[in-house]
Amino acid sequence: MASSLAPFLDKTFGVTIEKLNKSFDGVPVLKNVSLEVKPGEIFVIMGPSGSGKSVLLRHIAGLELPTSGRVRLGDFDAADPATRLQIRLALVFQDGALFNSLTVYDNLALYPREHRLGNEAQIRDRVMRTLQIFSLEKAAAQYPGELSGGMKKRVAIARALVTEPQLLLYDEPTSELDPVMAATIIEIIAALREQTAVTTVVVSHDRDLAVAIADHMAIIMDGQIRAVGQVADFAHSTDAAIANFLNPTIDLKNPRFKQLENDHE
Amino acid sequence: MKQLYAIAESIGSAVLLAVRSGRYLNSLPRQFPRLVEQCYLIGYTTLPIVTILSFFIGSVLALQSGYSMQNFGAKQFIGTLVGMSMVRELGPVMVAILVTGRVGSAITAELASMKVYQEVDALVTMNIPPERMLVMPRLVAVLIMMPVLATIANLCGWFGGALVCKYTAFISVEPDAYFAALKRFMEMKDVTDGLIKAEVFGFAVILVCCNIGLNTRGGPREIGAAVTKAVVVSLILILVLDYFVTKALI
Repeated sequence: MASSLAPFLDKTFGVTIEKLNKSFDGVPVLKNVSLEVKPGEIFVIMGPSGSGKSVLLRHIAGLELPTSGRVRLGDFDAADPATRLQIRLALVFQDGALFNSLTVYDNLALYPREHRLGNEAQIRDRVMRTLQIFSLEKAAAQYPGELSGGMKKRVAIARALVTEPQLLLYDEPTSELDPVMAATIIEIIAALREQTAVTTVVVSHDRDLAVAIADHMAIIMDGQIRAVGQVADFAHSTDAAIANFLNPTIDLKNPRFKQLENDHE
Repeated sequence: MKQLYAIAESIGSAVLLAVRSGRYLNSLPRQFPRLVEQCYLIGYTTLPIVTILSFFIGSVLALQSGYSMQNFGAKQFIGTLVGMSMVRELGPVMVAILVTGRVGSAITAELASMKVYQEVDALVTMNIPPERMLVMPRLVAVLIMMPVLATIANLCGWFGGALVCKYTAFISVEPDAYFAALKRFMEMKDVTDGLIKAEVFGFAVILVCCNIGLNTRGGPREIGAAVTKAVVVSLILILVLDYFVTKALI
């Protein structure tokens, strides 16, 4: 990051998930999920594709209503629209969810304009300062469609940051990125927490990300929490499913590899 | 039974959207730039097609009625027939149909795309109600622009009828006589009834298009399906509402 952040956080919130169940058209997606995220920590929720981790994150963001159970942000119910009046929450979507008809500048300026957080000069100052943090000031006049995948992710994080969130959520922040850009995004997430102490929940299937930044992590499989703990606790997990997910091995006896070997010779 | 339930659900959803959007009317000054933009899109961009079509509808109406009325020696009433038809029926209905095709479909495509690509979810997490930013300015804009478009459609239709009456050999009614007949039987109530109908149709069309757009789920194929659905539902709604509003106003 080009420059550091001025600490903006007046207060951050923990997340408590209590016996959360969610079904779509009768098909259960989340089954009796309970978790606790402490204020100020980075909590990574890992799991294979289709395990329900993004749905869980949408519940924390208040975008889905639970079938049963509840999600609390501090003392507030995440499903209650009034909670958004009490807590500034930002979600960095997997594909950015940038407003395609607005420039990068206007994407960032939308929140302060809609919430009347100063006059146009003050909003400009706030937006440009945030863009500078992510070295995006030259992209201010561009539209999201003109940006690379990595730049889109950075703009999405910048847009989240301009809201000065008290709770920051990331959905697959390193997906579809090359290893260098993924490492940059991981560094940004860690630096943001370092400088703002904001509670951060990250949903990912990227093991490197979890190892690099997580204070605590949970593994979700088939809609159920399989294990919760510190990263080190998972290093030598005796649970075969977790061990296989975190340390996938390649079966060299697989006929496919034999075929490749023969082709090579 | 399932289809009835789906229709009831759609109506309920649209009514809720209207109520929720109405709650943000006090934020209209803040949404003024969006209101102006929507007035431009609904009014100015629809104007050329409204002008051309209503001109030719008036012309055809004069031609057909002139052809039929010459047998009864009632050509002097062509102005009345064209004038009343345009003001009470064809003007509002045609404008509503054109707004559906020209603006409603574009609104559905835009909102459905925003919904599918999670832009609407992004607004919600930023505590920016989509109803305030995306729906309310459009509903107010259509209420402002529909009477303007309907009035222009009426004038173009009358003018088209007058030209046909003057320059068609078997009709040969002078513009003075045509407009005198038009004025003789027309009351202010006819004009206001037509404008009320235009307001009702326009509001219903934009509400339906916004509602279908914001309830789209899936991917690009569903965006196309949403646009088709919005146009079909709007056209049916215009004609159904036309009967009931006409009955209420007569």
